[in-house]
Amino acid sequence: MNDIASTPRPRWGDRRRARFLVRGLHLDIPLLLILLVLTAVGLVVLYSASSQDHNMMIRQFTRLGIAFAVMLVFAQIPPHYFEIWAPWVYGAGVLLLIAVLLVGDEGKGAQRWLDLGIFRFQPSEMMKIAVPLMVSWYLAESPLPPTKRQLFKALVLILIPAALIIQQPDLGTSLLIVSSGAFVILLAGIPWRYVGGSLLAMAAMTPVLWYSMHDYQRARVLNFINPERDPLGSGYHIIQSKIAIGSGGLFGKGWLQGTQSHLQFLPERSTDFIFAVLSEEFGLIGVLVLLTIYALVITRGLYIASLARSSFSRLLCGSLTMTFFVYAFVNIGMVSGLLPVVGLPLPMVSYGGTSMVTMMAAFGIMMSIQTHRKLLSS
Amino acid sequence: MANRIELKNHIREAHLFNRRALTAIASVLVLFVVIVIRLVDLQVINHEHFTTLSDANRITINPIAPTRGLIFDRNGEILAQNLSAFSLDLIPERVPDLDETLVRLSSLIAISDDDIARFRKHRREEQPFDRVTLRYHLTDSEVAKIAINLHTLPGVEVNAGLIRDYPLNKLMAHVTGYMGRLNVKELQHVDESNYRATRFIGKTGIEKHYEDTLHGTVGYEHVESNALGRTLRVIKHVPPVSGQNLYLSVDTQLQRIATIAMKDNRGAVIAIDPSNGDLLASVSLPSYDPNLFVTGIDQASYDEMRNSRDRPLFNRAINGQYPPGSTLKPFIGLDGLAANKVRINTTSFCPGWYSLPGDDHKYRDWKTAGHGTTTLNKAIVESCDVYFYDLAKALGIDEIHDFLTPFGFGARTGIDTSRESPGLLPSREWKRSARQRPWYPGETLITGIGQGYTLVTPLQLAMATATLSHKGQGVTPRLVYATQSSKDQILHVRPTQMRRPIRIQRNKDWNDILDAMREVVTGIHGTAHVIYQNEAFPIAGKTGTAQVFTVKQDEKYDAKELRKRLLDHALFIAFAPVDKPRIAVAVIVENGGHGSSVAAPIARKVIDAYLEGL
Repeated sequence: MNDIASTPRPRWGDRRRARFLVRGLHLDIPLLLILLVLTAVGLVVLYSASSQDHNMMIRQFTRLGIAFAVMLVFAQIPPHYFEIWAPWVYGAGVLLLIAVLLVGDEGKGAQRWLDLGIFRFQPSEMMKIAVPLMVSWYLAESPLPPTKRQLFKALVLILIPAALIIQQPDLGTSLLIVSSGAFVILLAGIPWRYVGGSLLAMAAMTPVLWYSMHDYQRARVLNFINPERDPLGSGYHIIQSKIAIGSGGLFGKGWLQGTQSHLQFLPERSTDFIFAVLSEEFGLIGVLVLLTIYALVITRGLYIASLARSSFSRLLCGSLTMTFFVYAFVNIGMVSGLLPVVGLPLPMVSYGGTSMVTMMAAFGIMMSIQTHRKLLSS
Repeated sequence: MANRIELKNHIREAHLFNRRALTAIASVLVLFVVIVIRLVDLQVINHEHFTTLSDANRITINPIAPTRGLIFDRNGEILAQNLSAFSLDLIPERVPDLDETLVRLSSLIAISDDDIARFRKHRREEQPFDRVTLRYHLTDSEVAKIAINLHTLPGVEVNAGLIRDYPLNKLMAHVTGYMGRLNVKELQHVDESNYRATRFIGKTGIEKHYEDTLHGTVGYEHVESNALGRTLRVIKHVPPVSGQNLYLSVDTQLQRIATIAMKDNRGAVIAIDPSNGDLLASVSLPSYDPNLFVTGIDQASYDEMRNSRDRPLFNRAINGQYPPGSTLKPFIGLDGLAANKVRINTTSFCPGWYSLPGDDHKYRDWKTAGHGTTTLNKAIVESCDVYFYDLAKALGIDEIHDFLTPFGFGARTGIDTSRESPGLLPSREWKRSARQRPWYPGETLITGIGQGYTLVTPLQLAMATATLSHKGQGVTPRLVYATQSSKDQILHVRPTQMRRPIRIQRNKDWNDILDAMREVVTGIHGTAHVIYQNEAFPIAGKTGTAQVFTVKQDEKYDAKELRKRLLDHALFIAFAPVDKPRIAVAVIVENGGHGSSVAAPIARKVIDAYLEGL
């Protein structure tokens, strides 16, 4: 079982180099290439969205460097270690979330950060991986599909961190964590009638919640569902981003030529609303390119999952992939006015570090699952 | 065998997963197609429309703040209004060099260090594209000086806006409360969109309690502007809806008379209409100028007010908690009658002190020589302490607590203003949970004369007096008797909230107590006999003296000042006319000495003024 010792010393031929990347560095080359292309597209768009701000570009490069390094580190860890660590990582994450609520730092009016002296740390970010890890570990322990009792326990495992994060308050991350856990359950083979049933139950709960809310909270919910109702708040973002997207047309206004974004009509243009900049400057063609890249990432992720040798690896890899999809879909849906405004970034394109590092860690885990499997089978 | 089953499961699980993964990828593709359809709709089908919006003109949406409702007194005299004033605003994002701009502005008009400090503080709390005010209340010549230089000052604006103004200044400060700049914390508890253009919010008093009513609904306009940001035309205009006006029950003239009667004293006067709970006057002295707070008070003035020993910002009328002293005696006396412990003419001997069996501690009467043989009537008229020590002992603390509670002691009255204090009505239960101590018999005695743990607010005292005067029919006090919407100008009168009536066995018991209170004024030995002279309307009342036991000794105080502050608080409760009470009053004069000489004349002036029709 000594993987490293059994690896032959790399020799520098073309195919050998590829073998070294796979066996020595545990990188999945197709996935790596797609991610590099995605990153490049993201940087091109960000350069325009940031109004060619060199400082922002340098910071984004640094973050990308860190993110790829994190991916490399995670890729080296054999999957069975993730299995062993799952409960511990999850437990530590929940404790840190409680700590955040008790002693957390406030940034932009929400408590998300834990000040560790040297750096500030966002435990909710860690839960984006810890929750699928834990639920995969728990469900893969017993034969699949899971029993009702197991499903119930899995739901509790998902809802504890989600409830803690919603207190911070961070709705976007909370939804993401619920969906990452839910994907594990769906992929584990839960009967479809349960899915339908729980959707009905949720619908039935809505009126109860509604009547227990304050007027201003109701106003926020209504604005959330229909941003155009609130042209001074979130609706302003949507009105402006729709103009940006629509005026881009089929081929776009050209790189650095987007008027909406450069005349500062578009808020959050380098972070959550960067998709509007892409659409304005590169048009529908640019959007299709981006969607193709995302589709390739997702397909590769699910492919790796279906090749995986253990149920744990399959569920984990599948859920991480689908979480990535949720990021992309929710962000694009929000910016184009299809979905309510939830603060989620466009994956690997938006300016900002924390979520990017988590995403790359997830890709590192997926690469580990893929490359260690090959070693075992050879 | 076991191995084979596991192997089978393994394969089955892999198949199951693969089916699910295929479903997943199919869903992903379907949802991506949905996105593409949406984008085709935006970018191809409606491309022309959005290009028009984007290319030639650009739309900005400007919120328009609603006009805040006005506050009037019961006769329509204005207490809070909105004055238009020019303010000097900066949009930090558009200012190339902030420090230089501030220096230039300072050379044009007077800008104090406080203004700049406040500006910097507010700027940190706002988005860079938001307006931040540097100076309010610009004069015409200041507006002119800025205006001619405006083209060289990018990001600087002179805006006309409405500023809250309290024309009566100190007189109504504690009633209306004041407004101040909306801060981040408050923004979390309001509908953010509705406050998009709002810069001020009610901070205390009526302004705070009725914030939602007074504020109104925001309006907005879609403005087409060219690439330089100049407005071309207004596409859509949704006007704001002004807030509702409030009509208070308070009578400004009566408030003024009460304030003048208080002279330089610290304390509170509450006058209430017992039939409907209208607060006719609510005075707390010393007071402050609410106008100082609206545009932001400078730190030095604020510190001075906060640290002043006179505590001008403290609303004694609803937050001051005082021992009721002897003003509690009519209520304890009524309890004695209702609980059949005494009759109005039951006698007891007062030697000037009282002691519990097996305890040599002497509970003293204020009259050292004693009142001699005393009936309940005489004990109220002359305020005999020993009689009430004895009666309190006979009743017991539980009975006293349960009887006084429905009068509103020890609980918030529910008046419609912000942050009322609850007072304290002690009980065995309360002492066990709050102090972790058992109740001692001696504490029942001093409760009987309104000392000890009992604390009342002037408002509670006035409400209890009103309830007593109407023989148990209490009413929740109110400050706002009507609201007026800006649309139809119709007054909507708030309904009177009657409290659950207090029932006792014999109606005569009420009359006995009320007669005794009348005799406090009319009787030659009555403690408030001083106000009987040339009486215009028949008044009934009760004096009280509350011991000051919480004085922080500060070495800075000079001895004379310290002595003054150690004086007892003077209290007086009254109602009139006796037969058909139309006004109930509670007066507290801090460190005023005896209730009879200081507090009672103030109550009489208020009662006379009101009943004479001012």
